[in-house]
Amino acid sequence: MSVFLKNPLAISGLIIILVILVLALIAPFIVPYDPNFIDINSILLSPSMAHLMGTDGLGRDVFSRMLYGAQISLLVGFVAVGIATLIGVILGSLAGFYRGWVDSLIMRVVDIMLSIPTFFLILAVIAFLTPSIWNIMIVIGLTSWMGVTRLVRAEFFSLRQREFVLAAEAMGSSHFSIIVKHLLPNSLTPIIVSSVLGIASAVLVESGLSFLGLGVQAPTASWGNILTDGKEYIQFAWWLSLFPGLAILITVLGYNLLGEGLRDVLDPKNKN
Amino acid sequence: MISYLIKRILWMIPMMIGISLISFFIMHLAPGDVTSSESSFNPRASEESRQKLRELYNLDKPVVIQYGLWLKRIVKLDFGNSFASHQKPVLWEQKDKSGNVTKGLIQESLPITLMINLIGIFIIFSISIVLGTISAVRQNTWVDRSITLFVFIGFAIPGFWLALLLMYWTGVSNQWLPISGLHSPGFQNLSSFGQFIDLLKHLVLPVSISSLSGLAGISLYVRNGMLDILHQDFITTARSKGLKEKKVVFIHALKNAILPLITIIGLSIPGLIGGSVIAESIFAIPGMGKLFYDSVLMRDFPVIMGILTIGSILTLIGNLLADIGYAWADPRVRKGLVK
Amino acid sequence: MHMKIKSILFNFITLIISLVLLISCSKKSSEVIDYNKKFINSFGGTLVNAMAGEPSNLIAMVAGDSASSAIAGNIFNSLIKYDENLNYAPDLAESWKISNNQKTITFKLKKNLKWSDGSPLTSEDVLFTWKLITNPATRTPYGSDYQLVKEASAPDELTFKITYASSYAPALDTWTALHILPKHILKDEDINKTFFSRNPTGSSYYKLDEWISGQQVVLKASNNGASGPPSIKKLISRIIPDTSSQFLELIADNIDLMNINPIQYQRVFPARKDLQQKIALYKELGNGYTYLGFNLKKAPFNDVRVRQALNFAIDKDEVIKGVLLGLGESISSPYKPGTRWNNPNLSPYPYKPQKALKLLSEAGFVKNEDGFLVKDGKSLKFEIITNQNKQREMTAVLIQRRLQEIGVEVSIRVIEWASFVNRFIKTGDFDAVVLGWSLSLDPDQYNIWHSSQQGPGQFNFLGYENKKVDKLLELGRKELNPLKREKIYHRFSEYLLEDSPIVYLYAGYGLSAVHKRVKGIKKPAPPAGIYHNNYNWFIPKPLRRNEILEQ
Repeated sequence: MSVFLKNPLAISGLIIILVILVLALIAPFIVPYDPNFIDINSILLSPSMAHLMGTDGLGRDVFSRMLYGAQISLLVGFVAVGIATLIGVILGSLAGFYRGWVDSLIMRVVDIMLSIPTFFLILAVIAFLTPSIWNIMIVIGLTSWMGVTRLVRAEFFSLRQREFVLAAEAMGSSHFSIIVKHLLPNSLTPIIVSSVLGIASAVLVESGLSFLGLGVQAPTASWGNILTDGKEYIQFAWWLSLFPGLAILITVLGYNLLGEGLRDVLDPKNKN
Repeated sequence: MISYLIKRILWMIPMMIGISLISFFIMHLAPGDVTSSESSFNPRASEESRQKLRELYNLDKPVVIQYGLWLKRIVKLDFGNSFASHQKPVLWEQKDKSGNVTKGLIQESLPITLMINLIGIFIIFSISIVLGTISAVRQNTWVDRSITLFVFIGFAIPGFWLALLLMYWTGVSNQWLPISGLHSPGFQNLSSFGQFIDLLKHLVLPVSISSLSGLAGISLYVRNGMLDILHQDFITTARSKGLKEKKVVFIHALKNAILPLITIIGLSIPGLIGGSVIAESIFAIPGMGKLFYDSVLMRDFPVIMGILTIGSILTLIGNLLADIGYAWADPRVRKGLVK
Repeated sequence: MHMKIKSILFNFITLIISLVLLISCSKKSSEVIDYNKKFINSFGGTLVNAMAGEPSNLIAMVAGDSASSAIAGNIFNSLIKYDENLNYAPDLAESWKISNNQKTITFKLKKNLKWSDGSPLTSEDVLFTWKLITNPATRTPYGSDYQLVKEASAPDELTFKITYASSYAPALDTWTALHILPKHILKDEDINKTFFSRNPTGSSYYKLDEWISGQQVVLKASNNGASGPPSIKKLISRIIPDTSSQFLELIADNIDLMNINPIQYQRVFPARKDLQQKIALYKELGNGYTYLGFNLKKAPFNDVRVRQALNFAIDKDEVIKGVLLGLGESISSPYKPGTRWNNPNLSPYPYKPQKALKLLSEAGFVKNEDGFLVKDGKSLKFEIITNQNKQREMTAVLIQRRLQEIGVEVSIRVIEWASFVNRFIKTGDFDAVVLGWSLSLDPDQYNIWHSSQQGPGQFNFLGYENKKVDKLLELGRKELNPLKREKIYHRFSEYLLEDSPIVYLYAGYGLSAVHKRVKGIKKPAPPAGIYHNNYNWFIPKPLRRNEILEQ
């Protein structure tokens, strides 16, 4: 723990994430305006005391929309990564434990998935289903499990021959319990690190999709789609472009810092 | 080494079948078909005409049959013609009986995307080695800290946002660079040198945006890799043998760090190709990424399937080259000692 | 080794700096130009505009997209066209006669017409074109209008005669849209695959100079045009998909004109003196309108009182002010205000929420304790769907708010176009839509409102059925006398307003920003819009672009 606290990366990352998480959670309580409240007399106002981050093309308060956008970004991040991690852990465990043809099959599928440019795949699938927040989460999840699979598999390979595993097998424990009780708990490091980094990447992908119009749909606010509006008026309403971009940057930065920090903290320990 | 190569190439075949299956079945998630973007909601276009269009494009046969027909054709590298750009072949040019050549869509757009990505890879390779090494050598100094900070920001910054800001700053506020497109309108009238500079100007922003996150990631990777290596025994040995520090770092350590780098860059190729969508769309570069995005919106099936397949093949080739490069560079593999 | 790295770095940095210097050396010079002087009209110059999409095929009958027809419109002629007051005017045909039984039209072509390759243009070409578009093998969605012609002939080189099975009033309008194609080039070609689509030969003001795929299409003035040469020598259409990039290009003086949105017109331009100096703004009423349509097969929209109530409960002025910043008009007929088809005696439903509540209570809807309108235990709520169009989204949100105020619960869903059309509209699986119609200049609206047009994929997707309206629409198609036709369509508009199957939201203005170097634009815009005489626009010599050399 003390190692963690001494690592500046991990600490700064954690602070950023906590701040944004808190803001997202208390959003409904601190928003100055309803994020969907249209005020045709307040179209495209620059930041002021009344509107901390200005207003958009419909007179909606950008700060309020940013707060709710935080909820969206984090929701997509967590759920997508949750799905990806679940799939990755299952497949990685199977591949790492049973080896043989199970491993070959799973790794072939991983290789195939890794050969198709991910963003192309996501774009194609999203556009063919109706773009919606649930579809995005599922699709991002379904296209980012490969890394976790490989990591879990690698851990299992190195742990497989350890005494405690052999002992459990000798005692006649079921495969399932060996995997769940012995192997997985010792493979947590890469899973945690990749999940944290995965959230960062999911936030980036979601905002990219929303920016292209294939992500979160209006009138729900997402940092990406506030930026789409910002693009229209870039030379006129700088606040619509600056704040959402900064927010995405800081959030993704936070998760990356935490992820890298965790890796630094947890890795050397495992090397022993 | 030869047997390794052969095995690798043979593996590509089942991979490509798997890729083709995935690409094909994605198309059929769609509720729409080609006729929906062409003429729907123009009260002057009738339903019978659209039904005729549907039949002419085989969209009414069962899915499995469509897949079989399609597979037969792509093995011959015939991806058909685009729906949206009626006559244009998806992949390669066609000559009609009078000798008129119609260029293929991928044929026209792929070189542009390749150019951007190859320049990008070159930039990533060279700059990240420099940054990563400096960072590792001067670990924990302000140089290392600032490079690491830059790297993290580069990793986290949304490409499309940076693109917008740069586009505005360089194109509108100060008219240094063009805003979009690949050539200026008066391109034809420029000298060869003028054309070269014009092209460079148009490429600066797209290449920078599309290589930024790769640059960041790989700089970090080089740094970590170098740190690992610098702490290893053989380095300590080299130092104790009295070799100069610079030699230690740049010959021994770097050589070892670069090897996995080749593989990593190979692995980042699909990311670069996929990332070209945003950079090309924002800067109106007529490359394969933008073509893909447009085709997705237009439900242009042949083009979508063609690009997914070609993009994946490119990735496979890229990885193959990376593996070959690695195998050649690593004497252990070359000599058949390690697979 | 250390030195090597240092020198590599050094060289690298030097390279970058020199590139930067090279690049910045070609900055554009900025001088102050007075655009308001009097300039002489002379031939030459280049006009640069932007297109969001790339043309797919310059044979308009086969292509479906607007980029293709826009470019093709500069290259090809039709038999007739509209003049600035929206009356029929000669294009290839110098005159036409309608027979007494109203079923036959005889067109007389102008003398000495030529294709841009010098070959003569005769009625054989017109006949050939008609045969093409009515041929079932031609992949065109537009054949049905021309298939109504039972007999077509070219008795002599300058005469083209067509006979309809029964009088068809929209006929002349359909002949303004058909681009006449050259028989001598296309007679042995497969129109669906011919290279002609990428290298056409036309008869109009311009011919294709070059087409760089994905980047731009360049047109050059033709000497053989049916109406003489244009004043601007070259038209360059740059493909810039993103409208915000287009706007940046306009500001940076890389393009000369574009369509702009209300915020750019009302807020951005007025705030930038530098832009006002070099760019002029134009506004004109378009030929379309935006509406809220109800699924008439679904309760409660099958009750006319509910529809009228919702109409009263929506504040259309607020929508125009909020969405269009006032740059639009409220309408009460499905026709462009100011044209003869528009019924001057009708006015839009005013904003009267109390009246709405009264109508709704007559229909059985009463407010419950939470303030929601309820009937038989079911609350009045529905979903509005629309496609990804900023203005429509904004409109839906404003409607939602007003309806919420009287106790109607409205949810909104924004759906990408192809899904929207195929999953919801064609299947009838929707409650209400915010959509727009972009109409032709002929008043016939049979396809949209006749009860026989409710099949899957047809345009009466709301499910409107009114026998009296059916009769009027059938009569209107047959009546060639404009005064009698007017009466028919005025009556039609009355029924439509009464039945309120849709709520007319607005007819928006078309807003254009054109660089002041382009002269000859009529202001205020005539009924046909500012573009009707774009072949007479000119760019005076001192204002021409110098980076594009004249060739």
